[in-house]
Amino acid sequence: MAQTEYIIEISLENKPAARDPVAETIKRDLLAKKGYDKVSKVRSGQYLRINLLAESEENAKEIVTKMCNDLRIFNPVTQNLNIISVKKL
Amino acid sequence: MTIKIAVIQFPGANCDLDAVHVLNDVIGVETSLVWHNHFKEANFDGVVLPGGFSFGDYLRAGIIAAHSPALDEARIMLKDGRPIIGICNGFQILVEAEFLPGALLQNETLRFVCKWVNIKVINNRTAFTHKMNKDDVLAIPIAHGEGRYYTDNLKELEENDQIVFKYSTEDGIFTSEANPNGSLENIAGICNIEQTCLGLMPHPERASESILSPKQTIHGRIFFESMIEFIKRRLT
Repeated sequence: MAQTEYIIEISLENKPAARDPVAETIKRDLLAKKGYDKVSKVRSGQYLRINLLAESEENAKEIVTKMCNDLRIFNPVTQNLNIISVKKL
Repeated sequence: MTIKIAVIQFPGANCDLDAVHVLNDVIGVETSLVWHNHFKEANFDGVVLPGGFSFGDYLRAGIIAAHSPALDEARIMLKDGRPIIGICNGFQILVEAEFLPGALLQNETLRFVCKWVNIKVINNRTAFTHKMNKDDVLAIPIAHGEGRYYTDNLKELEENDQIVFKYSTEDGIFTSEANPNGSLENIAGICNIEQTCLGLMPHPERASESILSPKQTIHGRIFFESMIEFIKRRLT
C-alpha cells in the first residue's frame, strides 16, 4: 500500500495525581498576579511534532502510539500521551 | 578471588570518576570506568550507574540512557542478584529502565538543589546498607533538579520493604523542611524487591572521605563497604 507522509503532534501531559509545580507557578505567580484571575487551571507538559510515513491516518496514530509505549517516550507512572492532531503533509 | 566493579560512563556523566576514585583508592577494590556501549556484564561482580546528565537529560532525565545496551547487560546482573547502585542520574536511569518502580520529577521548588542533607536508614538489609543500623542518620550531599520521587503505588513499596532512605532532620525526624525536593513521604532511595539494586538521589561517593565533609563524616563509604561485603558473601 502506498505510504504518505503525515505530521503528528503529540503532548505528554502530567497526570492529575502528580503535582505540577511548573503549571502551579505559571498560574499563581504570573497569570493571577497580572490580573488573569479567570484562569482556573494550568497543566504543563512536553510537545513533540513527528513526521512519518504511514498508510493512513489511523496507521500513523497506531505507529506513534506503539512507539511511545514501547520506548517510554512518556512515563506511564506520571504522564499521559495525548495525540493532538494528525495531518497529511 | 578478585572482585571487579564497573562504573558505566554515559555521555554527559560527571560523577563517574568520583565513583571510580572512591572504589579504587578509598575502598581498594578493582574498578573500571566502562563506556556504556562497551559494557559486558560477564566481566563484573557489581555495577555503579553514576550521577550526571546522561544524554543531556533530553526528553526526561535518564530515559535515553535507559535504552543503552549497558542496561540490557545490567538487566542480566539484576536477574542473577549481582549488586547494582544508581546514584542521582543513575537512579533516574534505573527508574526509567524499570529496574525500580516510580518516577523522579522536577523538584517542587523548580530549583536545582545542591547541599548536604540527612537521610535516615529505613531498610538495612539491602546489598548496600547491611553494614548500617536501622534508623541511623547519614550526612550525604545531594545535587539535582529532578529528584522528587513519585509512585502511584506507595503501599506496595512499603509492604515489600523497598523504601531504603528517607530525608530527615539530623535527629531523624521526617519533616517537610528536611525534604529538599518534595519527594513523596520524604523518600530519598528505594530498592528492588530482592534488595540487590539500590537507587538514591544523594551522592555517597562525595561523602566517603573526611576532607570532603563539613563534619568530617564518611557515611558514604558504608555503601561501598556493604556492596563489597555482599559480593564476597555471594562468591563464597
